[in-house]
Amino acid sequence: MKKKLWVCLSLLLVIPGLLVVSSCAKKTVKVDLPAQTQEDEAAKLASEKAKQEEIAQQNLARQQETAKQHALAEKRRQEEAEDRNIIAARNFFMNENIYFDFDKSDLKPEAQEVLKRKAEWLRNNPGESIIVEGHCDERGTNDYNLALGDRRAQSAKNFLIDLGIAESRLTRISYGEERPADPQHNKEAWTKNRRDQFVVE
Amino acid sequence: MFKKKYTKIFFISLIATVFFLIESAHCRTNYDYIDINNPFIRKIPIAVPLFKSMSYNNKGEKFLSQEASNLLSKSLEFTGYFKIIDRDAYLADPEKSGIIAPNINFKNWTGIGAELLITGGLFLKDDIVEMELRLYDSFKGLLIVGKRYKGVVNNQRKMIHRFCGEVIYKLTGSRGIFNSKIAFVSTSSGNKNIYLCEFDGHNPEQLTYDKSITLSPAWSSDAKWIAYTSYSKGKPDLYIKHLKDKHGAVVARKGLNITPAWVPGKFSLAAALSFSGNSEIYLLTGTGKIIKKLTNNWGIDVSPTFSPDGGKMAFVSNRSGSPQIYIMDLDSGQVKRLTFHGRYNTCPSWSPKSDKIAYAGMENGEINIYTIEVEGENSALQLTHNAGNNESPTWSPDGSLIVFSSTREGHSGIYVMTAYGTDQRRLLALPGEQTDPGWSP
Repeated sequence: MKKKLWVCLSLLLVIPGLLVVSSCAKKTVKVDLPAQTQEDEAAKLASEKAKQEEIAQQNLARQQETAKQHALAEKRRQEEAEDRNIIAARNFFMNENIYFDFDKSDLKPEAQEVLKRKAEWLRNNPGESIIVEGHCDERGTNDYNLALGDRRAQSAKNFLIDLGIAESRLTRISYGEERPADPQHNKEAWTKNRRDQFVVE
Repeated sequence: MFKKKYTKIFFISLIATVFFLIESAHCRTNYDYIDINNPFIRKIPIAVPLFKSMSYNNKGEKFLSQEASNLLSKSLEFTGYFKIIDRDAYLADPEKSGIIAPNINFKNWTGIGAELLITGGLFLKDDIVEMELRLYDSFKGLLIVGKRYKGVVNNQRKMIHRFCGEVIYKLTGSRGIFNSKIAFVSTSSGNKNIYLCEFDGHNPEQLTYDKSITLSPAWSSDAKWIAYTSYSKGKPDLYIKHLKDKHGAVVARKGLNITPAWVPGKFSLAAALSFSGNSEIYLLTGTGKIIKKLTNNWGIDVSPTFSPDGGKMAFVSNRSGSPQIYIMDLDSGQVKRLTFHGRYNTCPSWSPKSDKIAYAGMENGEINIYTIEVEGENSALQLTHNAGNNESPTWSPDGSLIVFSSTREGHSGIYVMTAYGTDQRRLLALPGEQTDPGWSP
């Protein structure tokens, strides 16, 4: 008897409890937004859109800037390359010697080819003047070698003048045997030392 | 200070020479002892005993006597005319024997083969030294020359060399080399600069202080001027410089301004200039102005040198295809080739006393010194053999010696030999390389 009563009692408590729970759930689903919040939402959306646009614009600007930078860098690279080429050409000009036989000052065919390149460079660089240095190997005597070096420089100078280079752009200096390119005392050194060297002033 | 300086000047001027009264009557003046033109010259045996110290027990005096007599024998030996007899071989004790003829037993000297004898007596007081020096013909027992010198100790070297000059004058008829200097190029400073030293290599001093290349010093015949080439302005220019005042002129035309050579007895010089585009020899005033173009040829013309009378000039030209020595008669302008032997003959130097030219010739890749007679058969005499490269010969003022540069010991140095190639020796030991010697008049 007592048991039946406890069941009825607990049922009495549980059912309304269930009812309450179910009605509460229904309530939350059915919440309606007030008018004010809707307007806020619209503004928010608009500003967000603006922000996005701004970001896009910024991105674009950034992209444009980078492109510009790239272009500049590229230009600089090109300019540097050009400079390098000019320097390389200048160095090539300075480093390419012509060579002579012992006690000779006449230009060999190879020397003439080199001098043609020299003339081209001089034509491309009309502002430049050069010194033609005449050198000898250590054999022979100092005094005569000074005169021989002078003659070697004069040979190259005359050839360049014949190719149309103004004489005023060409100075000659003989060093005789005073400034060997290779200080050793052997055939290889002597071959390297009997030379004209070209220095851009 | 003033007093000391004053006495010094006073005594320098007092390095007077005094003939000895009695003995001077026997002085000989003929020059038949040494014939400097004889190539087969025999060295004359000469004894130069230690000079006698005239005070008793004066240590400074003894030391000075030793120094002076050693310098005298060394300086005489330098000429190549003498064989100095070793003092260990002496029969006489110079300490005990006299220094004038009546007190000399000449048999003691002829007995060891000494044909000539020099005696000396030295007296030192404070820093003043007094010397009596006599040269005897020991076989004839005759005084050839006797002199007395007085001066400050520092001038002892000068006094000895002055007596050497007297000795050589009496024996050869020429004043000799003892007052002369040698200019040369040395790399001791790191760059090629000109230095001067005494005839025997003593007291080298730097003359130029350029930081470039300095070359080929040439003396004027009054020994007051030196001309040389320097790159101090970047190219080979010719500098003409007064040795004492350091003033002078520069010839800085375009191209070469090189190889100066003074005209004997004149304030005028020749040099190779290439402003025309080709190296030619020009005659210049001592102030560097062109008087005349002497050569006119398509080839290289360089390295002039004048005959003693200034009437002829030898020079190097490659007009025949290789460098050879030519002689130009300056009046007529006529040129004749002198050297035919070998394909590379350069650096001519005309003897100041004879018609002989020294030059550097290259054969089989080796450069040697030769001499050649200007007139006659023109056969060359080779003076150096198998001793590296030998260049730039120049004559001593009396024509008895030749100074030159040689690489016989590796680096180039300055060497001396007689006009016939004997007695080759190194002149000085400096760091670096030495080249381009020039002997003063």
